[in-house]
Amino acid sequence: MHIFRDPRTMVIIFLLPIVQLLLFGKVINNDLQDSKIGIFDQSHDNTTREITSKLLSSGYFLLGAELLPGDDVEDVFRKGKVKMIVTFGPEFEKSLERDGHADVQLLADASDPNTARILTNYASGIINDYVKKEKLQNIQLPNQINTEVRMLYNEGLKSVYMFVPGIMAMILMLISAMMTSISISREKEMGTMEVLLASPLKPIQIILGKVTPYLLLSFINTLTIILLGVFVFGVPIKGSFIFLMAESFLFILMALSLGILISTVAPNQMVAMFISVLALMLPTILLSGFIFPIKNMPWPLQILSHAMPPRWFIVIIRNIMLKGTGIMFVWKETLILMFMTFVFIALSIKNFKIRLE
Amino acid sequence: MKTIFYVIQKEFIQVKRNKVMLRMIVMIPIMQMLVLVFAATYDLKNVNIFLVDKDMSSTSRELATKLEASPFFTINNTSFNPDDGENELLRNADDMVLVIPQGFGRDLIRDDKASLQLLVNAIDGQAAQLGYSYAASVIRDFNKNIIAEWKGLPEFKAPFQINTISRFWYNSELDYKWYMAPGVLSLLVTLIGLFLSGMSLVKEKEQGTIEQLNVTPIRKIHFLVGKLIPFVVIALFDLAFGLLIARFVFHLPIVGSLGLVFGFSVLYLLGILGLGLFVSTLADTQQQVMFVTFFFMMIFILMSGIFTSVESMPKWAQFIDEANPVYHFMRIMRMVILKGSGFSDLIHEFVALCILGFTFLSLAVWRYRKTA
Repeated sequence: MHIFRDPRTMVIIFLLPIVQLLLFGKVINNDLQDSKIGIFDQSHDNTTREITSKLLSSGYFLLGAELLPGDDVEDVFRKGKVKMIVTFGPEFEKSLERDGHADVQLLADASDPNTARILTNYASGIINDYVKKEKLQNIQLPNQINTEVRMLYNEGLKSVYMFVPGIMAMILMLISAMMTSISISREKEMGTMEVLLASPLKPIQIILGKVTPYLLLSFINTLTIILLGVFVFGVPIKGSFIFLMAESFLFILMALSLGILISTVAPNQMVAMFISVLALMLPTILLSGFIFPIKNMPWPLQILSHAMPPRWFIVIIRNIMLKGTGIMFVWKETLILMFMTFVFIALSIKNFKIRLE
Repeated sequence: MKTIFYVIQKEFIQVKRNKVMLRMIVMIPIMQMLVLVFAATYDLKNVNIFLVDKDMSSTSRELATKLEASPFFTINNTSFNPDDGENELLRNADDMVLVIPQGFGRDLIRDDKASLQLLVNAIDGQAAQLGYSYAASVIRDFNKNIIAEWKGLPEFKAPFQINTISRFWYNSELDYKWYMAPGVLSLLVTLIGLFLSGMSLVKEKEQGTIEQLNVTPIRKIHFLVGKLIPFVVIALFDLAFGLLIARFVFHLPIVGSLGLVFGFSVLYLLGILGLGLFVSTLADTQQQVMFVTFFFMMIFILMSGIFTSVESMPKWAQFIDEANPVYHFMRIMRMVILKGSGFSDLIHEFVALCILGFTFLSLAVWRYRKTA
């Protein structure tokens, strides 16, 4: 009942997953396109013009600036208008025909290293492709190794595939753990907990009563996220839906017991809030492999990430949804989650009793 | 003027007395700089390859050694069955499976071409692409070498060759930490500013001290200015602290002028504090402030381009970002610190921040009423 009386909180609870998913699905992605580049063409011959038009028609690049001799490259970068400058030396085509080779310089603004690396990769790929197709049409090169690549589980390399499981973990953590902990500590703070304790209800009944609405809310949110993911963003569910739901249920239980544990430790709402934000939200976002792969982190953080429940949940969800694996491949992660749930419940029962005395 | 001074004094005393607050002011920058900057990296350090070598020729073994020698790749397991490889991908044990088909070495000599198969776990599209491009470049080098070796030429030359030379300005090592550090610094300033100002007024409301302030002859504008100045000072202190950490832990080069960094920070903070005060004039409890700021901050921060580039967002999102102060500030910090951009390069951002700051501040002044 308490939840429904606070419309602001209600709105946020239901809006959050939707806004998040839309943000991550549409806005936050690493799929570079339409990056502005500058062209510094000192030669202006057929070849350089062809390469330029190949680059600009690839969909990755837009012409941001055309540099003239005497322009300061540094100045262009400092304005932040272009991310990369493609430089052709003078007499490009001539030296290509005369000497058999010519140089293209790709100057990248590496203050954003990731983008710089991707852009130079794309550009040199396009240029190599051009040479192969246009210049070397009839020449058979010896001993060529051809690499066929297959991108498994996510052929379009879409970021949203990676984010949907992460958002699920985050929202569930937020609602189950954070809301539960805050609501119980609010009862404490306002003194209504005493009333409940004095009533003939058993502690277990009180806790179950408190927790059930959040369980329901979390479940509704899980369904919303999955439905949005599947129907709006086309994320597949390759594995069994029931199994997916069962694992989500386990994670929600874990998050709820964590929430109860926090509330038994925290004396008031503020502290509960801080523990939730610092201990739950930041690690859930950063140390769970949600956005940044764990194995690229320095080892102290990698070790720390083992203690983060969402990390295991994200692995499970990705396996079920994207790879379509069954329990055989995720039994270890499932056991870890069960163990965590058990520990949290045990600890909170212990703390709860102490407080009663 | 004197009244402003007293309000400032009161705020500082309150901060000093509040142990939790003090601890947060010191701990948050350390936590954020060290954890966030280290954790948020796209740098690929290690890719595990599962090798299925059905050829077992000297050529295929040479290729395997070549991959193993690269710092990025580790060959964990080998097998003759590609299905084993796919199982490894399913188990998340390996990132890529390289299949060298039977007769690879022979075909390469006899038919002048041979193919390899690379299966990549692409759930993380970004990492998959990067890993693939590294693998492809190792294979390309290997290819060049064997051509040179077999044809007896020092280096085989195609009749037409265009060499692409890549130069990375401002960060030649492509150290991702340098990119993240200014971003995290702007995050830090934002969070501290918004949190302190958002909480302060509501706290007075909850504790009832706002009534006492309302009955004093202090003027509305004096009161707000007095509230804001201490927060600006605290946030700037945290910024300086964070800059020191960045300089000495990550060896971040600070190319631009520090004066510009702090000048823009003050301008930005005025806007953010105005926003915080505005939110707190609307809310009744600290919990509400927390939820509302949390919700909006998440959107602001994610859209600011801290993790992903703004250029790859859809047009409408880029349009909305013009109204996102975090976006402008993040740009300024990165441009000044990493590239040494001067004021003339940042006119657009300056105007945007001025407009946003003025809007937020006037909203706060307009909503704040001394009468209950």
